[in-house]
Amino acid sequence: MRRLAFIAPVVVFLGIAVALFIGLGRDPKILPSMLIDKPLPAFDLPDARPGTVDRGLASTDFTGEPMLLNVFGSWCVSCRVEHPMLLRLSQEGVPVHGLNWKDPGDAGARWLADLGDPYSRIGYDPTGRTGIDLGVTGAPETFVIDKRGIVRYRHVGPITPDVWDETLAPLMARLRAEA
Amino acid sequence: MKRLAALTTALSLMAGPALAVLPEEQLKDPALEARARDLSKEIRCVVCQNQTIDDSDAPLAADLRVIVRERLLAGDTDQEVIDYLVARYGTFVLLKPPVGVDTLVLWLGPLAAVLLGGVGVAFYWRSRARASTEAVRPLDNDEKARLAALLKETPPS
Repeated sequence: MRRLAFIAPVVVFLGIAVALFIGLGRDPKILPSMLIDKPLPAFDLPDARPGTVDRGLASTDFTGEPMLLNVFGSWCVSCRVEHPMLLRLSQEGVPVHGLNWKDPGDAGARWLADLGDPYSRIGYDPTGRTGIDLGVTGAPETFVIDKRGIVRYRHVGPITPDVWDETLAPLMARLRAEA
Repeated sequence: MKRLAALTTALSLMAGPALAVLPEEQLKDPALEARARDLSKEIRCVVCQNQTIDDSDAPLAADLRVIVRERLLAGDTDQEVIDYLVARYGTFVLLKPPVGVDTLVLWLGPLAAVLLGGVGVAFYWRSRARASTEAVRPLDNDEKARLAALLKETPPS
């Protein structure tokens, strides 16, 4: 009994210490997505690039093969960091669609004209409502959507080569192999 | 000087926090606007996470404030507005999280800490009470005899 009275607080203390230590290593900015294993919310947006009328983005475009949906804005510094990686992916044949989130006027289009355009389709979302429907908290965010239009993963922050190699590429390969 | 100090103290006590809600966001109907303000104070800004959307200057918080007001204008109940936001951002947007499996530690943790502390205090008092009753127990005959023997052994000076 005396031993228990001594051991119990030590065990409780160690438990709390371990839980807090794990918490230290986690990024509180990254919230779990509510869309995982759910279909994309319905949207049908015009293209962000003037002159290209038939390459806007609708939720029904995500079908047939797994695709990436990348949320970006010309105002977003991390998007600029991520951009070369997206260009590389589109050159490698990975289907990447874009959501131009909360960008005024043709700012997004000019940004792409300057830096290169990795997107097959782009939805223009100046009010940010589609982004909010997706539960976006900031840019860049990237959703992985399977061949049936179901959201399978969300990555918050820029896609670095490490993120691609370790997480997204294996996931895309697995989704391609799905029936 | 004293009066000036009193005045500045009084004035600084009267100052409220700066409002993030912009005039053009506000609804014309004061009752609806009051509901919108009350709701906004319960909703966490997902960008600057320790502020409510009512306090936050983040553009996304402004968007959410406008959405809250649009839903109210469309005739939503308070609960429907909350459900709309939770469907997109999860229960994390609620500053008062609902009791659930994932929030059980949050809700019951303080209670468990108080209980555990109470058990500890109870043990401590019990051992102290036992120690003090032992201290005042009179010597029995054996002990008296041993004490007398010891006293006899000791030299008088």
